[in-house]
Order: sequence, then C-alpha cells, then structure tokens
Amino acid sequence: MKPIQSSNDFVIKFANVNGSGSASANELFARAIMRMGVPVAPRNIFPSNIQGMPTWYEMRVSAAGWLGRRGGCDLMVAMNPQTWDRDVAEIEPGGYLFYDSTKAQPRSRFREDITVLGIPLTEICNREYSDARQRQLFKNIMYVGALTALLGIDFSVVEKLIADQYRGKDKLIGANVNALKLGYDHARANLPCPIGLRVERADGVGDKIFINGNNACGLGAVYGGATVAAWYPITPSTSVIEAFSSYCRKYRTDPDNGMARYAIVQAEDELASIGMVIGAAWNGARAFTATSGPGISLMQEFFGLAYFAEVPVVVFNVQRGGPSTGMPTRTQQSDLISCAYASHGDTKHVLLFPEDPYECFTLGAQAFDLADRLQTPVFVLLDLDIGMNDRLCHPFDWDDSRRYDRGKVMTAGMLDAGKNFGRYLDVDGDGIPWRTIPGTHPTKGAFFSRGTTRNAYAKYSEAGTDYIYNMERLRHKLETAKKLVPAPVIKPASQATRFGAIYYGSTSPAMAEASALLEAKGVHVDTLRVRGFPFADEVIDFIDQHEVVFVVEQNESGQLRMLLLTEGEIDPKKLIRVLHYDGTPITARFISGRIADALSEHKVTPLRKQVAS
Amino acid sequence: MTYLAKPKLLRADAPRNAVGYTRRDYEGAISTLCAGCGHDSISAAVVQACFDLDIEPHKVAKLSGIGCSSKTPDYFLGASHGFNTTHGRMPSVLTGAALANRELIYLGVSGDGDSASIGIAQFAHAMRRGVNMAYICENNGVYGLTKGQFSATADKGSKNKRGVVNSDTPIDLVALSLQLGATFVARSFSGDKEQLVPLIKGALRHRGPAFIDVISPCVTFNNHAGSTKSYDYVREHNEAVNRLDVILPRDKIETSYSPGSLRRVVQHDGSVLLLRKVAVDYDPADRVAAMNYLQERQTLGEIVTGLIYVDSSAEDMHRHLNTVEKPLNQLGDAYLCPGSKALDALNASLR
Repeated sequence: MKPIQSSNDFVIKFANVNGSGSASANELFARAIMRMGVPVAPRNIFPSNIQGMPTWYEMRVSAAGWLGRRGGCDLMVAMNPQTWDRDVAEIEPGGYLFYDSTKAQPRSRFREDITVLGIPLTEICNREYSDARQRQLFKNIMYVGALTALLGIDFSVVEKLIADQYRGKDKLIGANVNALKLGYDHARANLPCPIGLRVERADGVGDKIFINGNNACGLGAVYGGATVAAWYPITPSTSVIEAFSSYCRKYRTDPDNGMARYAIVQAEDELASIGMVIGAAWNGARAFTATSGPGISLMQEFFGLAYFAEVPVVVFNVQRGGPSTGMPTRTQQSDLISCAYASHGDTKHVLLFPEDPYECFTLGAQAFDLADRLQTPVFVLLDLDIGMNDRLCHPFDWDDSRRYDRGKVMTAGMLDAGKNFGRYLDVDGDGIPWRTIPGTHPTKGAFFSRGTTRNAYAKYSEAGTDYIYNMERLRHKLETAKKLVPAPVIKPASQATRFGAIYYGSTSPAMAEASALLEAKGVHVDTLRVRGFPFADEVIDFIDQHEVVFVVEQNESGQLRMLLLTEGEIDPKKLIRVLHYDGTPITARFISGRIADALSEHKVTPLRKQVAS
Repeated sequence: MTYLAKPKLLRADAPRNAVGYTRRDYEGAISTLCAGCGHDSISAAVVQACFDLDIEPHKVAKLSGIGCSSKTPDYFLGASHGFNTTHGRMPSVLTGAALANRELIYLGVSGDGDSASIGIAQFAHAMRRGVNMAYICENNGVYGLTKGQFSATADKGSKNKRGVVNSDTPIDLVALSLQLGATFVARSFSGDKEQLVPLIKGALRHRGPAFIDVISPCVTFNNHAGSTKSYDYVREHNEAVNRLDVILPRDKIETSYSPGSLRRVVQHDGSVLLLRKVAVDYDPADRVAAMNYLQERQTLGEIVTGLIYVDSSAEDMHRHLNTVEKPLNQLGDAYLCPGSKALDALNASLR
C-alpha cells in the first residue's frame, strides 16, 4: 500500500484523554497551519466528563477552504491507550499513525497498510522534566513539535505563535519553545521528515478570523444592545454567557466609575432565566438567555406568555443531541419543532439559523432588532458544532450609522399628542401593535399585561370576538415576520436542474463541499440555505421550482422538512430526507453519497422519465 | 363581587396628597373577587399606602402570578403598568423588570399556592438575591379558583370545607424569608387595616427584599369552623409584636409614646419607621432572635404579626451587580454598542 501523498488537503485526528491539557496544544497546532496560510477546520469530539475520558480533536486541513467535516482520518495522533484499537482501525488505508513509542507494542496492534511513526515521548519527558504536571503538558507540546517536522511546517511559525500567545510571560515562552524543539529535533533525527502529508505555504486564509460560535453570539448580544442576561448553566450553551460577560467587562464598563452597563444573573433554573428575560424585556431592556434542549423544554410555558403578551425576548439555543438528556456533548439540529411551536395553544415563533460564527454575530445582533420590531420571542438556533468549535470565518463588521430598531414604542410625547393607544390594537395593518414601557406617562398608556385573553385595549375579556381578533392579528404579525427574517441564500447549480437541496445552520460547509463533489460527478443540484422562520416566500418558491428537493438536516425525524410541509402545504413525496444524526457533524461525503444514491437508484424518478416510459 | 361601576365624578374637595393625586387615582378596575374576600381589604390597604406615601402611580410596576391574589393588581393602581405572569413565576419576572429599571417601585403580589407551592423556588431565590421589591403574599391556605384544595401553607390539622383534615406540615413563608435573607419581614392580617397599611408603607420604602405575609381569609372556601385561616381563628390567635408608623422625611416627627416602648428605624431614603412595641422584649433588628420568637409562639399556637425583622442598611441586587445608576432600559446606542473600531481590533486578535 502506497502511503497517501497529499499537500494541504488531509485530515489529522488527535486521540487524547480529557483533562490532560491536550486542547491548547492541539489548538496551537491548528493555528500554526493557519499561519502557513492554509485553512483548517478543527472539531472537538468530547465526552460529558471532566477528566479521564476519551476526547478527540479532528482537524481538516483544506487549501480549497472546505470547512465541513470530511470523514475518515489520514493521520492519527494516538495518545490515548484506551481507544487505541478503534483509533488505529479508523485510519484510511495508506494513512499514518503517530504514537508514543516509549512502551513497546506487539506487531499485532498495528496495521500493515499504514505508516507507523513512533517517538518515545514519555521517555523524553521523564528525562527532561521532574514535575508531573510539566511532564504531561510538555508532552503535548512535544508532539506538536514532532508533527511540525513531519508535515514540513516552518518551525519559526510555531515558535512565533507561542511567543504571541504568551506575550509578557517570557518564562513560559522559553519553556514551551524548548519542548517544541525537543519533539521537532527528535522527529528530524529519527523519522523520515517530511512524510507524504504536507503543509505548504499558501494564501487561503486571507483576513478570516478564527473563533467559535458561542463567543460570537456573546459578542452579537453586546453589539445588539442587550443589557440583561439571565441564564442557567447547560452544555453546550454556557460559553455564550461567559463570552457575553467577558465582552461586557471589556466594552460595557463605565470608564468614569467602573460600573456595569449590563446585568447578568445566574438563575436557579431555566424557568427563572426566561422569566427574568421576559420581565426585563417587558420593562424596556434588551434581554436574552442562552440554553440548550432541556432548557427549551423547561421554558415552554413562558414562551407562550411572551408570545401572547407580546414581549420581545431573544433565546440562543445551542442545540445538542436529544431527546431527554440525550447526547449533551454531541451536535444535532433537533429542537426546530420544540422552538417553532413552543408552548401550549396555537403559537408560532421566529427562528434564525446562523451557519457559522460570523452569522452567530450578525444574526445574534439582528435578533434583538427583530424581537423589538415584532414584539415576540426570537430564537437563534445554532448547535454544538458551530457553538463550541473554533471556525475560520469572515471577519466581524458593523455599520456605525446603524441604530437599534426599538420597534413600536409609544412615548410620553406621542401619548400627549393624543395618539390612540390600544396595547393589542392593529393600527398599522401589519399585525404589530404599539407598546408603552412602564413609567412612561403619569396618566396615559398604562396597561395590564397578562397571559389571559383580553381585548385590543388590554382589558380582560373572554369574548370570542375579542379572542379571534387577537389570534388573527398574531397570525398576521407572524406573516409580517416572513419579510423581516433574513432571506434564504440560493446557489444555482452550474446547469439548469430539476433537483434542489434545502439545508441550514452548521450543515452549510459540508453542503457546499457536497455540491462540488456532485458537480464533479455531473450531478447538478440547486441549493437553498434557510436562514429564518417563518419561511420567506422564496423558500416555498424554490420548492415549487424543482421536481424533487432534498432536505438535508441533522436530526432523526426531518424537522425542517416537517415545517416546510406544514407551512408551505407541500406534497410530502416531493421532499426527500437526507438525515444525519449520530451526534457527529454531518460530512460532505455523506450528503453527496445520499443524494447520488437516491438519484442513481431511481428512488427518485424525474417526471420526464416517467412520461417517456 | 359587584357589577356597579364606581362613579367617575369626584368631589371637588376630595383630599389630595403632596403629588396632587386623590385617593381615587390609586384605585383600579372593579374587583371580581367574592364579597368579603380578605384580598380586597389588602388592595384597599395598598391604595391607602401609596396615597399616603405620595407615590406617583406610574412609578410603580405591579406584578403577580396566577390565582385569586394574583388577580388583585388589576383592582388597584390603574395608572401603573401591571403584569399578571404565570403560576408561581412572578418573582423571576419581577427580578428581570427590576434589573431593567432600578428607579421604579416594584410591588409583587402573590398567594400561598403561587408562592409556597408551585413557586417556592422562585420565592426563595428572589429573597436571597436581594431584589428591591415589596412582596405581598395574600395567604388564605387554600386554592380558591379551583374550589378549595389545601395549599402548602395550610396548617397541620386544619379542616377544609368538606371536613378533610390536612396532614402535611405547613410552610411558613415568614420563617423562610428570614432564613433566606429578606431584609424587611412582616406578617399581618387583612382584617387589621391599622396594622397592615403602615407595614405596606414600610415595605414600599425599604431598599431590598421586603416580604409581608398577609393572612387573608377565603370567605368561600376557608372561613369555617376548623379552619386556621378564618377571620375568627386569626382574630383569636393574633399575637402582635409591635405597631408601626411610617414617617416620611418631610413630616415632623412627634412622639407621644413613652420612650421605652418606642423604637425608631431610619431607612435608606430617610423615612422613619416608628415601632410601638407590644411585646416588650422583642427586637426586630435581631434576625436570630426573630426566628426563635416565631418558633416559640408558633408552638403555642399563636400567629405573630407586626414588623418581625428589618435591616435598614441592607444592600440590593443592583449593588451586588454594580450596575450603573441610570436605568439599563434608558441607556442609548452609544452607551451600548462598541462600534466598528473595537470590532476591527477584536478581529485582529482572532487571526
């Protein structure tokens, strides 16, 4: 078996034990490749555990800029004896295995069709360091050094990265560079450097930034003008609030007196979190919470209140594997239905689907304008894959002339000028009523908010006519939302085609690559990325314009497909499921394989063929 | 309940308070509760307290949960914004509202089912968080709207209308709030306006979590022989520790009581709580003693009423969070958005 030869296009996977300090070493390595100008897409695959369980860091190196998960592994860095067998088995034929050769392994534990690269890391560490913690941490840096040599990365690039990372802490710089050099020199002296997989200088990164979606959501909330955050810790959303808190300390501390222009409360549970957000939003502050599936389940009653009392709240839902506790540290897109129609009774909510950290920031900030404009809950639905993995993306931007859209807020001046104020009265024909903020006016504009039915002037009413007026207005308001949510992104195939594919959120990079793979095989599929719900008209038009539309998503029941069928009144036969839901991020190989199979096996028969036969 | 709307006409000589409002300006919609309901007396006490304190109605936000008691904010302060939230969750919504605007006065109204059963977690955490609010629990020991089930404050041995005896241990919200860090804790009786109005006034002027448990008999489902929350039972077992007067900074303090029986507590805003002692040894500044006293009297079957505990130097949630003086809901774009330059610098650090 000839070893794989590939420059700037391969997958390297690190098998580690969690809590061993490998995460920062692995990230250092990813950044080094990016400094070489080569795009990288790393993903953490980690357990719901603090220490001692297996964890993997899978890194896609792609000069072409494909940031989705490819599948397969060309170079395995096997640092965890617990998972040795499955890690070795996962290597592609012709691939490479890097391991700690301190302890001799029988031949039977290797494979004939791979290249084995052993370095006695533990032995070197034990020789060089006496402190146990140092032995552990520097072992990680040492393998980064060895890989630097094996893949032909410039040593100076990694060295400079370490210097940047520990700027001002010279002792740490020296110690880390020393460990790096130990690994690098040992590999150069004892192994065939470089191997068939190489990193060569390129210009594929440009001005892109490297950040995870949760941090971007936190930043989006700062730029979106949020002042109140209430939350309860839950994986994988916790770091949204941590990021918000850290950006607030940086950007929202009053320079004169050090006081906070924000308030963050860790609540006793998710019910209290969303309750506080509703209270703050009702009282005129921009407020949000961040949670995941189980939190969404707990918040249901309050979502109904916010919908019915028309309170503008923002919810970041970083989705994980469900149902129940499910797979807390794995990714899925399985909360669409529980968010779209959250709470009992007839409700419908606005959903936004960011594809990457850049959109987590932009849609995250926009969510606050939409919530205020529409006076309703807005859900930003990302998932663990985008939320917790650093991703290369477009740099953040902000138009300084932009002003927050606070929506229809009636002021004391307007009330004094004699404006007719009916809290639930549709005066503009868009279903959106006017509201007043508590404390606005001594005698005018006060109203009583409630989850019970009321008339257009917010007076308690159980009259059927009042109820229907209100429900129809709400439906009309959600129709208005279709024009306000971000428009879908349509990418036509290189040739006219009867086939389409609809996808959203974190599936985006894998879908883009799958399209290219299909095009290369002569299979042409137009694609549409949904960015908002209720669906813009273009989404339904796209389905109408194609004979068959694949709906690609990461859940078991095809939740976006269900929403499309219901909301667009689509013939179910027209929408073919492409579903990936094992908890790992969807891959281009999976999507293109499923679509190609479906088309070639005549499971999908184009209409014209049917007529001809 | 009554179907007769109150006449809108006002006598020209109706008394006005220092901010120019009449008592009628503090009233709300017509109550839909049962005739004789203790809750209506509490609403009247709220009206009186706000009138006396010269509070502008629109500077109050009134929030409630679900239940008979939680309906009442519709029946007072019609010119205030109100929010009738979900069952047991008023404390969180009130907390959020208080975060958004620290300048308004927050009045939370709840019941025993709302606070002690479904909402006990939120009740507890709002107290320990130091939310600046006056929290009134209209406590009748029974679920009225669903026709007479026991609530978690129903006393052990108390008999319901159908003759069933409650065998569960009651939750004492006063004891709980003391333990959890409420800084103004009182108990009163809806049938004792003279005691209740000053307590509400004190709570409204207090900075920090102020809790008043008001025993408020349910005339329909819990006012029979064998009930421990009936008018007769409460009147017989009421053990008042003190009588309160609230003196505003503008008022001249004139004391006509003998010095030994009087205690002055100055609150943050300069208002003075004048406590006429009834129980001679009772010290409302001593939290541990207050807790002990409550337990002792409870064992004797007495219901302790009055101002049970006050800490006039308490800090509130905003102080803990170090939030800016200006209400968060009034900060303009320039105070909130860091702008494109900050973003450029951040982008540079992410490469």
